[in-house]
Amino acid sequence: MVNQMQSGGATIVLDGVELGLGDFAVSFDLDLPAGGLTAITGPSGAGKSTLLSLVAGFERPARGRVALGGHDVTRLGPGERPVSMVFQENNLFAHLDVGTNIALGIDPSLKLGKADRERIDDALARVGLDGYARRKPGELSGGERQRVAIARCLVRRRPILLLDEPFAALGPGLKAEMLRLVAALHRETGMSVVMVTHEPADAQAIAQTVVFVKDGRIVADGNARDFFARTDVPGLAAYLGKNDT
Amino acid sequence: MLTNGERRRWIVGGGLALALMAALVLAAVVPLLVATAGGAEARSATFDTYIWRVTRFTLLQAGLSTLLSVALAIPVTSALARRRRFFGREWLVRLLAVPLGLPQIVATLGLLAVWGRQGLVNEALLAAGAGYPVSIYGLPGILLAHVFFNMPLAARLMLFEVERTPGEYWALAGQLSMRRSAVFRLIEWPAIARVLPGAAGLVFMLCATSFTIVLLIGGGPGATTIEVAIYQALRFDFDPPRAVVLGLFQIVLTGLVLVALKCLGGRAEHGGTSGRAVRRQEPDTALARTADGTAIALGAAFLLAPMAAIAVDGLRADLLRLLGEGAVWRAIGTSLAIAFVAGCLGVLLALVLAAARHAALPLAMRHASARAFCASTGAASSLILLVPPIVLGAGWFVALHGVTDVFALAPVVVVIINAMMALPFVVRVVEPALASHRARTGRLALSLGISGWRRMRLVDWPGLRRPLFVALAFAMALSLGDLGAIALFGGQGTTTLPYLLLQRMGSYRTADASGLALLLAIVCLALMTAGSLGTREEERPW
Repeated sequence: MVNQMQSGGATIVLDGVELGLGDFAVSFDLDLPAGGLTAITGPSGAGKSTLLSLVAGFERPARGRVALGGHDVTRLGPGERPVSMVFQENNLFAHLDVGTNIALGIDPSLKLGKADRERIDDALARVGLDGYARRKPGELSGGERQRVAIARCLVRRRPILLLDEPFAALGPGLKAEMLRLVAALHRETGMSVVMVTHEPADAQAIAQTVVFVKDGRIVADGNARDFFARTDVPGLAAYLGKNDT
Repeated sequence: MLTNGERRRWIVGGGLALALMAALVLAAVVPLLVATAGGAEARSATFDTYIWRVTRFTLLQAGLSTLLSVALAIPVTSALARRRRFFGREWLVRLLAVPLGLPQIVATLGLLAVWGRQGLVNEALLAAGAGYPVSIYGLPGILLAHVFFNMPLAARLMLFEVERTPGEYWALAGQLSMRRSAVFRLIEWPAIARVLPGAAGLVFMLCATSFTIVLLIGGGPGATTIEVAIYQALRFDFDPPRAVVLGLFQIVLTGLVLVALKCLGGRAEHGGTSGRAVRRQEPDTALARTADGTAIALGAAFLLAPMAAIAVDGLRADLLRLLGEGAVWRAIGTSLAIAFVAGCLGVLLALVLAAARHAALPLAMRHASARAFCASTGAASSLILLVPPIVLGAGWFVALHGVTDVFALAPVVVVIINAMMALPFVVRVVEPALASHRARTGRLALSLGISGWRRMRLVDWPGLRRPLFVALAFAMALSLGDLGAIALFGGQGTTTLPYLLLQRMGSYRTADASGLALLLAIVCLALMTAGSLGTREEERPW
């Protein structure tokens, strides 16, 4: 099911989803509203990226159901889900130029009309990379490459955007700028945005909701503004490095 | 990451490749087994003695070759590791890779020119008044040639490992004023010892199945290996039963060695250097400099002299007349055609096996059958080590003779054997390249819905083109220099360049042989160089 909405988000539901990966097992129940901006956080190895992979379709649950926008997508492959995803690295094919990399988001066979080319230029302009279409990814900085990946998500127009720590390798100033860009695009398009991060500050900066994952389970979720001050979340104090537990 | 359809297609493809290879090997082994079961009366006491003598010699020369190669590689490695900066060091390290790319028949000619009866060493000895010349034929010559090929191989494996030692170790050694012997004992030796079992096992395997060298400078009842005995049984004595028993012996022997290798901790993996500047600071003395200089100079001279001899003798031959001969051009054409087809087949097999293995890997966690599939696709590429080319050829020879004209099938047989010979090396290029390519592009392609033919054209071909060409160049070089399968099946119909070279040597046209050897060496080294230009050190299979 491919939703080609110009704007608007979709609900994200994980219903009793379980998956064993070697000696690591996860079990998730999640219900996110359409159009939200959610941060998933927790210790490394807790299962944050696995949670995202289950939504994107890179992992198939052994048990349970994944529903996006009210449709059961449990059996669908990643390309068939209403989802765009930005990874930490390797978001672009290094041998294709920036414009072609974005064009793949419109049509994987690269059959493009004039209107499509304009959309690509608009998307590049929107992420602040006007006129970069002919450049190769190798000529760009790390931050610029991630902007191209986000531009591709814009032209794909899928209602859910997943971000798997895409700014972890950037410096503080650049990262803040990218987070502002994500927040702005979220406001403009109304997409549902889910972002994995291990930085509480990132979550507080732009997210509405925080989901805390530990040992392959969702331990707690809540409003981002005061989430990290809570004392009722098991493991949160240890994660934040507060010793008074 | 693949779509379910792609995963299924690759696994089916891999299954077909496995079935094809199994059929080819069984087609050789079953006739051997059937023939032994039927020909029990052929076994007499003299026959048994002969087989035991050949087997004993095979093991003896392989053991001694391994011991010498590894023992001589250690001082060369340690001297090269210590002397980080001298004129030509980089070229010397590259020189270590050359013997493996040199056709064995060519290198043997070079060794004969240096160590043979009329060679440089003997002439120098005679001139110096030291009576009896060194004899290269028999065991000493075989050992010499095996050391020529395998000492540099072992030295490369060890040097890679020593150079992977963290830079801090050397800094620490300098800070603690460790002496030379302490540095060797505490830092260099542990690194060397890590790769020693694997390297020794590899060298033993190569020497135990050595064919060309033993054929050319061994021979005679006292110095014959199983492989050469099989060849003699089929081509000279026409005694298939003997070839059959020898062939089975060889399989058992290589099987045992492979199992032993597995127990020793597998094959040596060279991970490549980190590229970090290594600055060694232990105290240096004049004695140490002399010792290292001597080890490096002797090693270099030992490797360079035969290569120089090939070049000099080759240039002295009448190359223009040779290139005017129709037979030479036909041989070049046949060689290139066989090498190209065998190379393509080898690379294709490697790609299909690697991709199938990669496709089945995620399933292996849950299903035992997928695990078994992954293991078989991994093992299939090494099948030729268990059943060496001569044995494979002998099996088909026994199966086909009487049914059809064996020699008319020569091109097909040689192509298949050469492709399978290249497989262990080609897989070492293709498999890591495919794995890193999939890691880089797999999830992205999947999330953008790029799959099937479109993915191959847009993503896989641009990403894998380079390693595939590198693998092809290497496979072609290996096939061009091969004198195994062609020795069994070659003749009037099919003559490759190495086979023509063997014929000219046999009819004592030495100048022709030298000229052809130079041609062959140039073609093979050009292919190897083309391959290595496109790769970083750690990506090369040689």
